[in-house]
Amino acid sequence: MFYGVDLRSRLMLGTAQYPSPAVLHDAIEASGAEVITVSLRREGHEGAKFRDLLSQTGCRILPNTAGCHSVAEAVTTARMARELFGTDWIKLEVIGHADTLQPDPFGLVEAARILCADGFSVFPYTTDDLIVGEKLIEAGCQVLMPWGAPIGSGQGLRNPDGLRAFRAHFSQIPLVIDAGIGAPSQAAQSMEMGYDAVLLNTAVARSADPVRMAHAFGQAVSAGQAAYQAGLMPRRDMAVASTPIFGMAELA
Amino acid sequence: MQIKLNGALIETSAMTLDDLITEQGFPADAVATAVDGAFVPRAARMNAQLAEGASVEVLSPMQGG
Repeated sequence: MFYGVDLRSRLMLGTAQYPSPAVLHDAIEASGAEVITVSLRREGHEGAKFRDLLSQTGCRILPNTAGCHSVAEAVTTARMARELFGTDWIKLEVIGHADTLQPDPFGLVEAARILCADGFSVFPYTTDDLIVGEKLIEAGCQVLMPWGAPIGSGQGLRNPDGLRAFRAHFSQIPLVIDAGIGAPSQAAQSMEMGYDAVLLNTAVARSADPVRMAHAFGQAVSAGQAAYQAGLMPRRDMAVASTPIFGMAELA
Repeated sequence: MQIKLNGALIETSAMTLDDLITEQGFPADAVATAVDGAFVPRAARMNAQLAEGASVEVLSPMQGG
């Protein structure tokens, strides 16, 4: 449940870098995603066409503040997005460093506080730092989106222990792994760890066959979620025979 | 007067943000606007006076992740 909205699909898909609008459309459909992320950029007389394409998908729009490096930029962009897309949902990015695209946690918390007070439903792109997460919740966020790895890197979950601790610490908060996912197995791993959703873009858009890859990610997220719900077996350091010894024939 | 529109210096006779949107041929309902870094809602464009050197941003939906 994300801000009162129950989603069937736990995959959220970005819309950048696709070979064509048609491939983007088909990939969204193949993924089963119900939430897609979009940006705002200077009008080049193409915006209305893109908005038409988005409405054809029937998905819920999650606008983002990608590329914003300051609180003021992010807040203004969010307010512009709310008017343009008619939604209070905002994926809040306040980037701290141009090369690593690492979130600026201080700016993020400040921007989240302003936007939550202004009635936004904020999805903050954050690190896996527990204290930053707590501050974001204090600011009014009801969802947290820790990174798996740097944006666009495809490295998967770089700090699985930290993300496991994050999940355990925020047991009652919807959590989305955002950024760094490169393969369906990594999306499944996120869901197996109990995360509520996965948000990704490049791994689909930049694959050789984005539509097929989108479908694969949709299946991986479903499989990972089903596995979490079923309950994974505990790890053991030693082998344990699964076939019983009782009734074994003496043949030696 | 001279203003900056989406990063480019332009000459305009528009006195308000609403006039500028019309003058430049932007689809008024499909863009969001800001002047000098502050969001200007659609309904407030008519009353948003432009001053010499103002910096106007006109944004629209774009692919993003």
